[in-house]
Amino acid sequence: MESNIFDMGKIDIAWCPGCGNFAILKALKAALAELEITPHNLVMVSGIGQAAKIPHYLRANVFNGLHGRALPPATAIKAVNPDLTVIAESGDGDMYGEGGNHLINTMRRNPDITNIVHNNMVYGLTKGQASPTSRMGFKTPVQVRGVAIEPFNPIALGIALDASFVARAFAGDFEQMKEILIKAISHHGYALVDILQPCVSFNKLNTYEWFKTHTYYLDNAHDPTDRTAAFGVALEENKMALGVIYQNSERACFETTTTVYEDNKGPFCNRKPNLEKLNDLITSKGR
Amino acid sequence: MGNIPRKIKDDVSLVICGSAGKGIQTVETILTQLLKRSGFHVFGTKEYMSRVRGGSNSTEIRVSSTSRPSLLDRINILVPLDKAALKHVQKRISENTLILADKEHFGPVDEKEAQGLIDFPFSQAASDIGGAIYANSIVAGLLAQLFGIDQEEMSLFLDQFFSEKKPEVIENNQKAAAKGYEIAQRIVEAEGIAIDIERHPHIAEDIFINGAEAVGIGAIAGGCNFLSSYPMSPSTGVLVFLSEQAEKFGIISEQAEDEISAVNMMLGAWYAGARAMVTTSGGGFALMEEGISLAGVMESPAVIHLAQRPGPGTGLPTRTAQGDLELALYSGHGDFPRIILAPGRLEEAVYLTRDAFHLAAKFQIPVFILTDQYFVDSYYNIPSLDFQSKNRENDIIETEDDYRRYRITENGISPRGVPGFGKGLVVTDSDEHDEAGHITEDLDMRVAMVDKRKRKLVDMKKAAFPPELVGTDNYDTLLIGWGSTYPVIREAWSLLGREDVAFLHFSQVHPLHPDTSAYLRQAKKRIVIEGNSDAQFASLLRRHTKQEIHQTILKYNGAQFSVEEMTTRLKETIDIKE
Ligand SMILES: Cc1ncc(C[n+]2csc(CCOP(=O)(O)OP(=O)(O)O)c2C)c(N)n1
Ligand code: SF4
Ligand SMILES: [Mg+2]
Repeated sequence: MESNIFDMGKIDIAWCPGCGNFAILKALKAALAELEITPHNLVMVSGIGQAAKIPHYLRANVFNGLHGRALPPATAIKAVNPDLTVIAESGDGDMYGEGGNHLINTMRRNPDITNIVHNNMVYGLTKGQASPTSRMGFKTPVQVRGVAIEPFNPIALGIALDASFVARAFAGDFEQMKEILIKAISHHGYALVDILQPCVSFNKLNTYEWFKTHTYYLDNAHDPTDRTAAFGVALEENKMALGVIYQNSERACFETTTTVYEDNKGPFCNRKPNLEKLNDLITSKGR
Repeated sequence: MGNIPRKIKDDVSLVICGSAGKGIQTVETILTQLLKRSGFHVFGTKEYMSRVRGGSNSTEIRVSSTSRPSLLDRINILVPLDKAALKHVQKRISENTLILADKEHFGPVDEKEAQGLIDFPFSQAASDIGGAIYANSIVAGLLAQLFGIDQEEMSLFLDQFFSEKKPEVIENNQKAAAKGYEIAQRIVEAEGIAIDIERHPHIAEDIFINGAEAVGIGAIAGGCNFLSSYPMSPSTGVLVFLSEQAEKFGIISEQAEDEISAVNMMLGAWYAGARAMVTTSGGGFALMEEGISLAGVMESPAVIHLAQRPGPGTGLPTRTAQGDLELALYSGHGDFPRIILAPGRLEEAVYLTRDAFHLAAKFQIPVFILTDQYFVDSYYNIPSLDFQSKNRENDIIETEDDYRRYRITENGISPRGVPGFGKGLVVTDSDEHDEAGHITEDLDMRVAMVDKRKRKLVDMKKAAFPPELVGTDNYDTLLIGWGSTYPVIREAWSLLGREDVAFLHFSQVHPLHPDTSAYLRQAKKRIVIEGNSDAQFASLLRRHTKQEIHQTILKYNGAQFSVEEMTTRLKETIDIKE
């Protein structure tokens, strides 16, 4: 399948020239095309932010919800129609800050969805305040003396909670990013892909160059099913590892833990209540 | 003591009171089921403290010849399970109250307290049988005897009720109930007690449910197949009921990590083709507000069961109130239409909850069912229900290639598609959007979308449930209520026996039915009755009808109005001159 099936034609894209988001969009389209996922079978769920506008820039079904709230509807959509491919995608502020509690609990619930986070270590849309992943000392118009709190480590959190797939990619490296996305989307269960994304307008600290010198790719020696080793990788201080850091394919997906598909395989949109059973229930409430 | 009336006719108020975790529930279940099977009209309601053990909780059981599902102050028969219980209901005790108390178990009581106590030695009898736990069946047996329930009937019921228990336990409960009968016979003879209530055999076939179950049954009838909620009294009963029924009725039931997640899951579920709802209470609903606003802009159907309790803040977690009408009405930023329903009777709760799903799907808006602690925890017998007449219509279309989720239409409703059904793509956005659903900052489009959403109100008003007038239509004074106060206002109104007074009950409080103004205009005096201190419905009526509300009768101490209180306050209020 060609990735242009996802192209929107001429549209006005609200991202700054040179932004890492463009590469992420391109890699996502390529990954989806390679996996033969059609726009009709795809639901893009997002919150609010620059990254969260991505669903409007590729052909798909879209649920562009509230800031921080992409994961709960994504979980519900997948549960109500497991045939759909569901991707929840937003920025670091959205997913790790405003939506933190949903992140934790979606990792626990393990729905079969892919969670892509554009991690530019800054709030882009609101013009440059600190995000949960901003480095110590990062100065902004709000954090005037520099960020003074410890950055959030999504990889370590994911492994601690036994999230079933945890990966990190870099927006400056198209091929590798695409490969990681393919693995994430193919994975059965919740998959986190934290993508390091340069923001050319508001983050002059964590630039393309900075990310290049502060990352390295995991090699074959790394066993992503080894949770302890993965945790060690997540805690490394000098350089951030790229690739699939942790994977646990043993966990049951959220939608398979419900019983709603046992007797009725059909989609929810045609389902009517079973009035006969309801009458039996009511009669049983009589005695 | 000699002047306590020993003969009670047609309408008995029985109260059982004790500490939490002490088995009131068991006595209540056994007794009310038996009474109902025997053909009595039975109403039950409880008030309880926000604690799991200790304190004092009480259950009122009203047994009557005709249906009277409302709270009484008066107590005809009181069974205090401990001494603290006596204090707890003290204000409701009169010289007409028969108090059946275990004097030995109580320990020393002062002279005043001792007055009127009839000894009911259940503690010793229970431990003789095998332990304190058997006191429940002794109390149930005693009360069953007082109401003239056949002992054989009781015995059959207990076998069924305890069928999952060990044979020894069943046997002991049988013994305990028999002991209760024996003690009751002694008391009845010694005190000359006689209860005379008419039985109607058809009541045995009635449905016997509480408000939470009524909402749950209505939800199933409305096609609910997705529930996401976070526990909070008094809304949890619906969550529990639907979770129990989930497997049977194909419902996905999920306890969300918080109310924010719950409401957003609900909207995701509707988007994908489910019929979804949340159940919550004031504080939890406050967290959902952003999601209500999201439903507004996305034009997503949403069903919210909001069981009210007194606020602000944590307020009184286990008590009742009607204080969240304005919260529901104004919740969520921005302008968008919504419907608020407020059932007053159990049947109404079933049908309105069902219809909430149909209305939400039809108009693509949030629909609220506003109940309260009193309503969800109260139960009584009602005749059978009919669901065949209104089933789910096909409200979801199969999309075409050029599908646009927000196509501008005359009535404001754009046909709703879901992802994966048809050839189109379904795009929905919390940002202001164009017809295709994509984010826009085109200000003309913005106006077109606001107007489109607003236009739905025309048909929504036409579909509004009319208020119910009780009394003749040549009234001078109009009593106005909404939601759970219906039975109590109705009963107090009938006790007044005044032809010039009528009662208008609203089970839809927003948008108001077009006839509302005409009903109000006819009255010379309008009195609004509600369970909050701000007279929220009164101000809504004033704004809507541009007519004066002359008096209000308000209550906000956490308890429902009783019949006696309502009667007194009506008498005080009706003839007040301006
Ligand atoms: C409830 C709520 N609070 C605040 C905002 C304002 N807001 C919009 S996006 C955003 C942060 C965006 O940062 P991030 O998620 O990292 O996305 P980026 O723009 O960097 O891609 C904020 C605070 C909002 N829309 N809603
Ligand atoms: S603000 Fe930053 S993240 Fe947003 S589009 Fe511009 S460069 Fe990209
Ligand atoms: Mg960001």
